[in-house]
Amino acid sequence: MKEKDRGKEEEILKILEDNARISDEEIAKMVGMEKEEVKQSISELEDRGVIKGYKAVINPDKAGIETVQALIDVKVSSERNAGYDNVAERISRFPEVKSVRLVSGEYDLSVLVEGNTMREVAYFVAEKISSLEQVRNTVTHFLLKSYKENGKIYEEEEKGKRLAVTL
Amino acid sequence: MKSEIIADRVKGLEGSGIRKFFDVAQQMEGAISLGVGEPDFVTPWSIREACIFSLEKGYTSYTSNWGLLELREALSDRVYKESGVYYEPEGEILITTGVSEAFDLALRAIVNPGDEIVLHEPSYVSYKPCTVFAAGTPVCVDTEIEDEFKLRAEKLKEKITEHTKAVILSYPNNPTGATLSRKDLEEIADVVNEHDLLVISDEVYGKLTYEGKHTCFSSLNGMKERTILLNGFSKAYAMTGWRLGYAAGNKEIIEAMMKIHQYIMLCAPITAQMAAMEALRTNDEMERMVSEYNRRRRLMVEGLREIGLSCFEPKGAFYTFPSIENTGLTSEEFAKRLLLEERVVVIPGSVFGACGEGFIRCAYAVSQYQIREALERMEKFLERLRI
Repeated sequence: MKEKDRGKEEEILKILEDNARISDEEIAKMVGMEKEEVKQSISELEDRGVIKGYKAVINPDKAGIETVQALIDVKVSSERNAGYDNVAERISRFPEVKSVRLVSGEYDLSVLVEGNTMREVAYFVAEKISSLEQVRNTVTHFLLKSYKENGKIYEEEEKGKRLAVTL
Repeated sequence: MKSEIIADRVKGLEGSGIRKFFDVAQQMEGAISLGVGEPDFVTPWSIREACIFSLEKGYTSYTSNWGLLELREALSDRVYKESGVYYEPEGEILITTGVSEAFDLALRAIVNPGDEIVLHEPSYVSYKPCTVFAAGTPVCVDTEIEDEFKLRAEKLKEKITEHTKAVILSYPNNPTGATLSRKDLEEIADVVNEHDLLVISDEVYGKLTYEGKHTCFSSLNGMKERTILLNGFSKAYAMTGWRLGYAAGNKEIIEAMMKIHQYIMLCAPITAQMAAMEALRTNDEMERMVSEYNRRRRLMVEGLREIGLSCFEPKGAFYTFPSIENTGLTSEEFAKRLLLEERVVVIPGSVFGACGEGFIRCAYAVSQYQIREALERMEKFLERLRI
């Protein structure tokens, strides 16, 4: 790929990361491409798996959605030839699991689990995670409040008021 | 009481007519304003945080008249890295209360009554009155859209007389968004040399250059001695309300400016100076803002063209300056009717000099959403005008 095209691709990604609902036409204006080129470029990015999907960032409190989330520290024994991959993939397949990350420190995996009630989450951890053969230990932290997710601050501070006219 | 209370040079200032329109605009409910002259970003948090920390630590006193030495050193480094001109932190840099103060000091330091100061128009509204306050005579050079609103060396030359003392250069330009290339600047530098002039170069929008790189005028061969470089934190770092700027130039001039500054201002606010030091530590946030302006710039220019206004492609600052000549309205009529009929605030080009007539200034320092909405409203307005 040409250096210039790569720059435009990055620019498209930045725009979409900020607002995935923007039209191809507007992206085209902003990066100086034809609409069709933008369309093609985005579908290539999708095909290559660079763009994994488009989601709304929802503040569940405001939406009145009562879900419970917990961060689970998981200590696992690594396997010959596979390291942590097998167990991590296994855990990843549960729909209750929102993210799985390998981390350094006292524990090995950091797993975000979502459920309808605390009981449901606790049950899931005990039944589905702790019971795995490679899992040696877990610690569950229930989330109490979210201040910032995916680069978006939930309770935006008030912006000062600008004058409508300044020269 | 004397019958004449107000001094002639103040009384003689124009601009009261347009003020009424601006008052209406400031108050209008539900209006989208493209009339802004400042970023819509709040000052980056790291800068605000550093300022709060300085207050907690008790930094609330006067500073040296020159400004904090540490800040001058950081500025000296930064200017050297970015433009290759070295200014000594002690004696060649003065921290001021915004570029506005620096500009006033520059004029008062060099102008004798009757000296002529050449300035290009359309340009920022303060240049002419400040020249008058400093007892100088402003001499205007029109720049034209056909010429991309550039100040051309030949046109500058035509205005030079034996009384000419200095030239004001203001690129990237408010209101047109025009920039000058290195070659354009070199041609101006030749004229400056030939006629033994000074240059006051207001480069406050320098960081907001979208195509090519901004050239600092004092970096041109032989120009450091002749240039009073003015810059500040307002536009690039979204710090308009902090009122912090600086002047850099040869020792003799900066010393003279400092003499005035110490009597009228004493020093720039320490809180703003502490914040500015943090601003200079990293460019990441600023670069993020610049690339966002660039996206909005394209959105705005394309959008204006699509609704039928011919628009010069601005390469700096955050303004577009479309022509409204084909509507048959004056720029003031256009702005007034657009405000009343569609609630969009734009600035009549005539505010920035007589040659700005036939244009309006639309700032794109507003969100993409507001740009879209404003363009839709303007399109409706223009359609009605055509019927």
